[in-house]
Amino acid sequence: MLANFFEYEFLQNTFYTGLLIGLIAPLLGTFIVVRRLSLIADALSHVTLAGIAFGLLLEKKYAVGITPFYTGMAFSVIASVFVEQLRRVYKAYQELAIPIILSGGVGLSVIFISLANGFNTDLYNYLFGSVSAVSRADMWMIIGISVIVLTTLFLFYKELFMLSFDEEHAVVSGIHSKRIHFLFIVLTALVIAASIRIVGVLLVSALMTLPVAASIRIAKGFKQTILLSIIFGETSVILGLISGYYFEIPPGGTIVVISIIILLICISVKRLWFTLSRKKAIQ
Amino acid sequence: MSKPIVSMKQVNYAYENKHALKNINFEIKQGSFIGLVGPNGGGKTTLVKLLLGILKPHQGSIDLFGTPIHKFKDWNKIGFVSQKANSFNRGFPATVHEVVSMGLTAKVGYFKFFTKEHKQKIADAVEHVGMSEYLHENIGDLSGGQQQRIFIARSLVSDPELLILDEPTVGVDAENVQKFYELLHHLNKHKNITLLLVTHDIGTMTRNATDIVCLNKTLHFHGNPLEFSNLSENDLSEFYGHPLNLVTHNH
Repeated sequence: MLANFFEYEFLQNTFYTGLLIGLIAPLLGTFIVVRRLSLIADALSHVTLAGIAFGLLLEKKYAVGITPFYTGMAFSVIASVFVEQLRRVYKAYQELAIPIILSGGVGLSVIFISLANGFNTDLYNYLFGSVSAVSRADMWMIIGISVIVLTTLFLFYKELFMLSFDEEHAVVSGIHSKRIHFLFIVLTALVIAASIRIVGVLLVSALMTLPVAASIRIAKGFKQTILLSIIFGETSVILGLISGYYFEIPPGGTIVVISIIILLICISVKRLWFTLSRKKAIQ
Repeated sequence: MSKPIVSMKQVNYAYENKHALKNINFEIKQGSFIGLVGPNGGGKTTLVKLLLGILKPHQGSIDLFGTPIHKFKDWNKIGFVSQKANSFNRGFPATVHEVVSMGLTAKVGYFKFFTKEHKQKIADAVEHVGMSEYLHENIGDLSGGQQQRIFIARSLVSDPELLILDEPTVGVDAENVQKFYELLHHLNKHKNITLLLVTHDIGTMTRNATDIVCLNKTLHFHGNPLEFSNLSENDLSEFYGHPLNLVTHNH
């Protein structure tokens, strides 16, 4: 594998991109999970699919050379703005935004896919991820997105943290909650678009939530939760890519399965630790 | 104990079809400890929200520290512990240190980071509420009374001059409520923090507060606890809109 890695550019692209999304997806995912927005990531990823299908349609029918990656990203960012509007319209039923956006995304995808005369390998790769689909240009784009995400989170960490914990308190203290929230949801759309090449539309939200679900069981505090999420995310991506490559399985599947194994280990460890410390306390 | 740090003049506020506050004239003097009591739906929380700038009065004016509220920028001078503080997401992975640090977020400002001094302030505030040994524990692992102390520490860390507490003892057991009032008393007397406490517990307020304010859409009473306890039961029933059993605490 190591020899192949140095020989083939596409493997290098995939590996570097994988490392980046293994970092940014769980990092942003920690905020998503604690704000109980896990399903929004799922909804946005389906809209991204519609954007990708739209891009493929343009390519195939009209020979317009916009990469589906960019149309996917554009759809995702636009949908993120709609999510915010819908959450404001249905204040008491904020989760309604999710089925609306999600079904809208799937509906549009079906229309665009049919217009483009059905499935092809490209689309299959977008759905489940691929070890060979990342081009040099994609990689640079994802590096750019990562830089934007990391810089923004670094600069607004304390405000985002406060907003996630207690929105009312944040607003009373004079934090611009609407603007920060908007920034956050756009970042989410960008990270989803970036991750899709590797893990695929259907499983992208898993990479944002499963590592966090595992780390939240055992971490103390928010920073530690982030750190462990990233470690779990990177482990899943690296092992998932290697096994996906060897067994010729789309890496989306292997990454998610490894994430779930890590999650189960964390739950068991926590339970064991609980039982032991209870025994100790009783003695 | 003289100059008013809050003054409301002829304030009116209505929700869609409900007149929540009528012609409120109200002052908070520096150094006082005000107990704001009244029936449910009497507008206590609305009044607090007006003071915090969450709601805007439909008529009348509010001054904070001598500045009209719409021009007021110094929100760090006002600390707030909400009713909701005990209904936060208990599974949220944040340590006591991290929770208290949020009290400084707005003061530190955008694009700036916590320094060593800030971290020291956080530790001091936690020590002040007697919770130092829990500094690196998850907030969700603490009891209700302990969590409430942490939320007090969060509002103290930015050195407020006025602390507003909206029914902070709901869901806290009796023994811890007592400790909680001792802490408030200490903050008021020794740290010279002005307190506005919204509560149902009239009995405890008469022993701790310097002023009692009764609110049921309009301001029914504003005076010291002695005057308050001299009110006849009739006065109170009229104000509450129904007969009232006053719980008295004899210590």
